[in-house]
Amino acid sequence: MNRHRSILIVGASSAIAQEAARVFAKRGAALCLCARRAEQLESMEQDLRSHGAQHVAGIVFEAEDRTHIPMLMQQASSLMGSIDAVLIAYGSLPDQQACQDDVERIVHEFEINATSVIAVCTEAAKYFLAQPQGQIHPCLAVISSVAGDRGRQSNYIYGAAKGAVSIFLQGLRNRLHPMGIHVLTIKPGFVDTPMTAHLPKNALFASARAVGKRIVSAMDRENDVVYVPGFWRYIMFIIRHIPESLFKTLKL
Amino acid sequence: MITTLRSWGRTPQVHHADVRSMTWTDQTPDFRSIEGSVLPVGYRRSYGDSCLNENGTLIDCTAMHRILNVDEQQLVIRCEAGVRLDEILSLIVPRGLFLPVTPGTQMVSVGGAIANDVHGKNHHSAGSFGSHVICFELLRSDGSRILCSPTENPDWFSATIGGLGLTGIITWAEFRLIRIPSPYLLQHSIRFQHVDEYLEHSRESDKIYPYVVSWIDCSATGSRMGRGIFMGGSFVDAVQASSPDSDNNSRLVVPFDFPSFTMNKWTMRLASALYYHRQFRRESEHRVHYRPFFYPLDGIEQWNRAYGAQGFFQYQFVVPFESAKSTLHQVLANTAKHGKASFVSVLKNFGSIASPGMLSFPFEGVTLALDFRNEGSSTLKMMNELDAIVEHHGGRLYPAKDARMSASHFRKAYPQWLEFQKYIDPKFSSSFWRRVSS
Repeated sequence: MNRHRSILIVGASSAIAQEAARVFAKRGAALCLCARRAEQLESMEQDLRSHGAQHVAGIVFEAEDRTHIPMLMQQASSLMGSIDAVLIAYGSLPDQQACQDDVERIVHEFEINATSVIAVCTEAAKYFLAQPQGQIHPCLAVISSVAGDRGRQSNYIYGAAKGAVSIFLQGLRNRLHPMGIHVLTIKPGFVDTPMTAHLPKNALFASARAVGKRIVSAMDRENDVVYVPGFWRYIMFIIRHIPESLFKTLKL
Repeated sequence: MITTLRSWGRTPQVHHADVRSMTWTDQTPDFRSIEGSVLPVGYRRSYGDSCLNENGTLIDCTAMHRILNVDEQQLVIRCEAGVRLDEILSLIVPRGLFLPVTPGTQMVSVGGAIANDVHGKNHHSAGSFGSHVICFELLRSDGSRILCSPTENPDWFSATIGGLGLTGIITWAEFRLIRIPSPYLLQHSIRFQHVDEYLEHSRESDKIYPYVVSWIDCSATGSRMGRGIFMGGSFVDAVQASSPDSDNNSRLVVPFDFPSFTMNKWTMRLASALYYHRQFRRESEHRVHYRPFFYPLDGIEQWNRAYGAQGFFQYQFVVPFESAKSTLHQVLANTAKHGKASFVSVLKNFGSIASPGMLSFPFEGVTLALDFRNEGSSTLKMMNELDAIVEHHGGRLYPAKDARMSASHFRKAYPQWLEFQKYIDPKFSSSFWRRVSS
């Protein structure tokens, strides 16, 4: 069981990340948050301090700004002293219909959801590899999605980017495992967040809080791939195993 | 996106044009892009239609849920309006602090607690929630932000407390906390044989306990009319084995709508008799954790579904002490006559501490909360009869629990509505407000 003491959260303003951050804060961890706006960082920092975080720092960060990514790990480690876990939680859920014929937008969505995430993962891996091995296994946890498990006409631009991230993480896990570095792929299903406020909620929706808690426990337990909530593992097992000749005829 | 939503009473069921989320306090929703009216909402625990806005837009404030500061010395908390009371409690109880006033559920937001000026078991000793609010920020649809406190913009402060979300969006608030010696209360329960016995003794007993509530058996009639159990409590030092404060406090879920026959007057009568006689002795005393004491129904998730798919009505009124006896007699006789069972029947005295809220519900007197399964026109007819009794005795109903009172009844009971109207944001409205003001 790992108990991370200093955690960098990239995309800290996501509802899920905020809930995960609170679990770490209640344990008295040190946190470094990356989000787009300084005002967001301030209110989140106050919240995490109120919840018991030993130290909270913030970095203004734009996923689109690739030049910032190489400096991110150094910046965070100097703010917290060290980093023993990185949680990447940002993403953008594009309107498939509106962007499926627009190359610029597809590339842009891919940039946010895949390329820049892969860039942050790469920098995190380099950082962890450069650190002396200690008691705690360093952890790189990334929020991918069930949408990355199979391409569907309703959501394949998002799905392709998330799928790229999932496969990248598989390879990275394979490479870093011997060095004791833990790589966690998180695949949430529908989550009740501001992104989905307008949708009627059904039994498939999980709360951001439950998902946040599950992420932290998966980081503690060094799981490889977690579906959140767990029943998505079975749903996606079925979806992945439908023959393509049949799948292509479905309205999914 | 057309969204059909209900409130906690599950009646009415209402179409909304859109639900938008507000996540950050410094963000201003793009009001101009919204057609029709808006209403800010939290967890929609109001029973009737005060948290609904038919064909309009709801602004969901629950993502503004950050705690900004807890000052343990000054006993002050500052938080965003969407913070739910249980989140605050899980943070402050381990530090020996508690909410100054809490309603019967911890599943409501701070913004909602202010907008409905909620009250709790300590109204007789502490007043309503609004009495403990230090300040808050109000965002208007023109983008302006008003800092409201008893000294700064006091008229806006007063209009917004109990203002049903109509004056603007509360983005954050600061309010006082109290110290508690432990998370446990000593609860004293006393059976009373008749509602008159309650009226004779309760005001004296109120002086002994900071927290008081009584449950009454609405199915009992004649010499036992309004028999019940008086429960007084106060926080005490934790002695011996105090169980750890667990995070996981949901034990039961009502997973589906109960078939409509499960809660009828016979099952209700049986349940009420069992509950009354559960307490064998006339008096008893025991130590209870704050959760079952303050939030007995929060232990059963979605208990509102027990009333079946048609939903239910809450009926809560307050009448002055002078007319309490006559009102309670008439109300209890009337519900018995109609054979409408109410299991969750709560009786309490309100104290003399006036709330700063313009439209606040509580005033000094006796309040009774009943609930009735929605059986259509017969239920509505009975409630109209109850309205007449309440009106005749100078009482009024609680907007947060109402789905059906008439406009004329509301206006008579709340003459300050005219003054209040000046503070309503021109972009804001609710199903409740349109019903009672038109």
